[in-house]
Amino acid sequence: MRRKIAPYLLILPGGLWLVIFLVVPLVFMASVSTQEGDVVNGFVQTFRLANFADALLQYKTQFLRSAGYGLAGTLLTIALAYPVAYWIAFKGGARKSTYLLLVLLPFFVSFVLRTVSWKFLLADDGILLQPLKDIGLVPADFHVLQTTVAVVGGLTYNYLPFMILPIYVALERVDPRVVEASYDLYSTWRDSFTKIVLPLSLPGVFAGVLMTFVPMTSDYVNASILGGPANTMIGNIIQTEYLVNNDYPAGAALSFTLMAAMLIGIFVYAKALGTENVLEAAAR
Amino acid sequence: MIETQAGKEAAVAAASDISPVPAIELDGVVKEYQAHGEVVQAVKGVSLAITEGEFFSMLGPSGCGKTTTMRMIAGFEDPTRGTVRLHGQDVTDVPPNKRDVNMVFQSYALFPHMNVWENVAFGLRRKRVPDQEIKRRVGEMLEIVALTGREKRRPREMSGGQQQRVALARALVNNPRALLLDEPLGALDLKLRQAMQIELKRIQREVGITFVYVTHDQNEALTMSDRIAVMNDGLVEQLAGPREIYERPATKFVAGFIGTSNLLSGTAEAVSGGTATIRVGDRDRVLVPVADGTLEGGAVEVTVRPEKIRISHEEPGADLSAVRGTVAEVVYLGTYNSYAVNLAGGAEFTVFEQNARDSSITAERGDSVWLSWQPQHSYAIGS
Ligand SMILES: Nc1ncnc2c1ncn2[C@@H]1O[C@H](COP(=O)(O)OP(=O)(O)OP(=O)(O)O)[C@@H](O)[C@H]1O
Ligand SMILES: [Mg+2]
Repeated sequence: MRRKIAPYLLILPGGLWLVIFLVVPLVFMASVSTQEGDVVNGFVQTFRLANFADALLQYKTQFLRSAGYGLAGTLLTIALAYPVAYWIAFKGGARKSTYLLLVLLPFFVSFVLRTVSWKFLLADDGILLQPLKDIGLVPADFHVLQTTVAVVGGLTYNYLPFMILPIYVALERVDPRVVEASYDLYSTWRDSFTKIVLPLSLPGVFAGVLMTFVPMTSDYVNASILGGPANTMIGNIIQTEYLVNNDYPAGAALSFTLMAAMLIGIFVYAKALGTENVLEAAAR
Repeated sequence: MIETQAGKEAAVAAASDISPVPAIELDGVVKEYQAHGEVVQAVKGVSLAITEGEFFSMLGPSGCGKTTTMRMIAGFEDPTRGTVRLHGQDVTDVPPNKRDVNMVFQSYALFPHMNVWENVAFGLRRKRVPDQEIKRRVGEMLEIVALTGREKRRPREMSGGQQQRVALARALVNNPRALLLDEPLGALDLKLRQAMQIELKRIQREVGITFVYVTHDQNEALTMSDRIAVMNDGLVEQLAGPREIYERPATKFVAGFIGTSNLLSGTAEAVSGGTATIRVGDRDRVLVPVADGTLEGGAVEVTVRPEKIRISHEEPGADLSAVRGTVAEVVYLGTYNSYAVNLAGGAEFTVFEQNARDSSITAERGDSVWLSWQPQHSYAIGS
């Protein structure tokens, strides 16, 4: 009897935490998303499903833009993170943990602060652009801030560690003997990488994509600090609906739509690129 | 330069006396590692020549440099000094993927994301062998290792013995000129291990490829090998056939490492007609065959195997080597009895006595006995 209860007791604290701080607000939000009214006169539950259609139609551009930024940022982080993770895992030697700490170092500074400092860096007369303008390398009216490049760059920078770490963990788990075996069986470095190392590290890339694409797509800090009106993401819209327009039902409906879209996206992604499938393909 | 090279090769060929060019040749190979600012010599100067088609074992205690030596043959380690030759060709600076030898790793190192068929086909695919031929050769190889019908399995869905056979097939399918096996049976239980020993030997006969086999299990080495290099502390102590290694250990280390052996210290008194008389303790004398001029008197050690010794109450004939002692322990072991005998001179001897028809025991604990053996069954060894 006791043995049957013990596992449940173990998940009790975490379970309660999730119920109170995740499930309850979600249910509350779900309820709000179909209400009508305004802050002054109060909101009433009318089960108005059209809230969702309205939200989606009105902010279709921002939805698509967010997905596009998330995708671009994710691809960029993979491209930047993989070599770093590879280098730490295979060439890091005795200093591996030092390098990992360096990767995590930015986390010791607030997310917002780091993004704001990017604003200084990239400012039209900032330390990066001004010298370039002075020597005439870029035109005087050239700017980076308030462009897609700035927002995607900021996203990439902010979420890079979340890609490096899982890839590193996956690479670290690759048995060096297995890599040696591939060389023993006449592989060039390229063969060994594409046939052995890369496929075996794909679970890490897979996890990294989940850990970066989702928060990047719903991010609002980068777009609001580094972007302009043309770079508004769905996160910014939700924030505005809640905090500026006080249109809670619209904000809730947007949030749920975003959540549903991402869940479906992740599901399709996992189905299509599930670890097994990927490994299957790589084995050829 | 060319002349000395040719001269050296001729000497090696004469030594191995079967094939003019050895399949594998190590020439003064040294490997040093830098560990915590200190230089560690893992291999301290190994020279050996392995003949084509031979089953060659490297045997020695943990840390003696067996794996390091093998990895230098495979190309995973660069020798600090010395030369590695494969079929007469200097490959010291050739990377592993360009060497015509394949390795079976101790942990198998199978590709976990590939099934059996893909694992075995891996090397052939890298060599761009035509698909049709790959199909045929992989199929044949899987038949040899008795894995036909398991092609679609992943390594983790197979038993240790099966994984072992996949590893073997993956290496052998490439028709390497030599196969390197680093304790390939180390992870298997005794029964499977013995079955795989027979299996390996059969496969080796079937394919006729040179096998270089690393093990620290002396029985494995003795039963499977054509020749054995007994290694200790980065050096080869003795290189010879199993019978010679067992019967005529060249050094004290080999005598102690292989089987049970008895060591007797004494003083050489006289050498004549290829036989030395060694005084042991105050009363006893033993005879040892020696090449004339190799033993000039002074301290020597004599080794004799437990099963060569006869235990008796009566004094044996004068043509035998004989020493006196007291039985300290008798252990009944089924097919034979084992006696522990304390010699008058202080040494402790182990004696095996076959259990013949009457399962009687010759001596009891506490008995004063004679131990005797034919002089040609004992050897004087340098220490
Ligand atoms: N990369 C390395 N760096 C430093 N020292 C090493 C390295 N590889 C091996 N050694 C040392 O070299 C010596 C020989 O190692 P090796 O692996 O060849 O032994 P072995 O005979 O294969 O032993 P075992 O039977 O335990 O496998 C050991 O003392 C080991 O500690
Ligand atoms: Mg070893």
